[in-house]
Amino acid sequence: MSSFLNRVTRSRSSQASGSVAKDRLKLVLIHDRTDIPPAIMEELRDELMGVIARYVDFVREDVEVHITRESRSSRLVAEVPLRNQPRTRSRR
Amino acid sequence: MSGKVLTVTSGKGGVGKTTTVANVGAALAATGSRVVCIDVDLGLRNLDVVMGLENRIVYDLVHVIEGQCRLRQAMIKDKRMPELYLIPAAQTRDKTAVSPSDMVRLAEELKPDFDWIVLDSPAGIERGFRNALAPADQVLVITNPEVSAVRDADRIIGLVEAERKGPAQLVINRVRPDMIERGDMLSVDDILDILAVDLIGKIPEDESIIIGSNRGSPVALDPDSSAGQAFRNIARRLNGEEVDFVQPQVKTSFFSRLGRLMGRGA
Ligand SMILES: Nc1ncnc2c1ncn2[C@@H]1O[C@H](COP(=O)(O)OP(=O)(O)O)[C@@H](O)[C@H]1O
Ligand SMILES: [Mg+2]
Repeated sequence: MSSFLNRVTRSRSSQASGSVAKDRLKLVLIHDRTDIPPAIMEELRDELMGVIARYVDFVREDVEVHITRESRSSRLVAEVPLRNQPRTRSRR
Repeated sequence: MSGKVLTVTSGKGGVGKTTTVANVGAALAATGSRVVCIDVDLGLRNLDVVMGLENRIVYDLVHVIEGQCRLRQAMIKDKRMPELYLIPAAQTRDKTAVSPSDMVRLAEELKPDFDWIVLDSPAGIERGFRNALAPADQVLVITNPEVSAVRDADRIIGLVEAERKGPAQLVINRVRPDMIERGDMLSVDDILDILAVDLIGKIPEDESIIIGSNRGSPVALDPDSSAGQAFRNIARRLNGEEVDFVQPQVKTSFFSRLGRLMGRGA
């Protein structure tokens, strides 16, 4: 009976603790599985930006380098928003 | 005819490695396999009491490695089984007394005479774990349905793969179907989804395990214990049989009796 009440009150207010556990685990494992310390990540980001800047113009502040995972494999993803240069030029 | 080395390990301590070694060892031996269990948890000897063989220890693993006795002298026979032996850990020495290559050599010496060499590994990622992993042909990682235990299992599974001993197979121990049912426990599917490994066993929380270790008599030998059934199923899967995982049933006395009658459920 009390578990029935728990379920009812929970469905209104918060998640069941089992799915809270699952969400927390997923998050903590994303960090655990990428053994790249933040300082190295910063360095990587800076060097990467240096190289990219030689070829295209982009918004430095918006560059994001992070690691995503699927199943047991991880990948390094860099997002580099390009400045829309050609069009700005043609408008001039 | 050459035996297989089965290493039972975990990231977090206290999740059920020793219980699993004692029970899977007994279940394998009960099917006629020749089995030797080795306690690699040096300094924290444990498997001897769980198997009920603590009174007959004279020599231990370190004596064997250091050549102070012959291998056979350190093997304690479990008289309840046709072919089940224990090599106990040293209680007064630490893990540095044994190296990974010592363990590989020992396993090679045992392989001709046994079908299964089951190693009880210490928890964690240190020397003791490396000792237990070095000779492994197959690795079982034990976890519980809790955030910290699953997290640590993930770490260990990664290390097993990095050492080219993978893929590890997962045993989820201390499952409470009633808590899963009401949403208060990670389900088996949640855990498999997160860890991306194969399941080889799902053991319910069961007081018969505590009673069994009080007596030094593994529950795998008790036909009425649901945990015992789950351990016997692991042994069958290790022997290459396909044994279904039935959805955990919430334990009302009716369902547990029904489950037992049908001899499955884990
Ligand atoms: N499925 C279970 N149900 C009830 N108690 C259990 C179960 N599995 C293990 N235990 C108990 O938990 C404790 C730790 O188990 P143990 O096998 O010694 O863990 P480990 O070797 O991983 O440290 C023991 O007291 C054991 O009896
Ligand atoms: Mg132990």
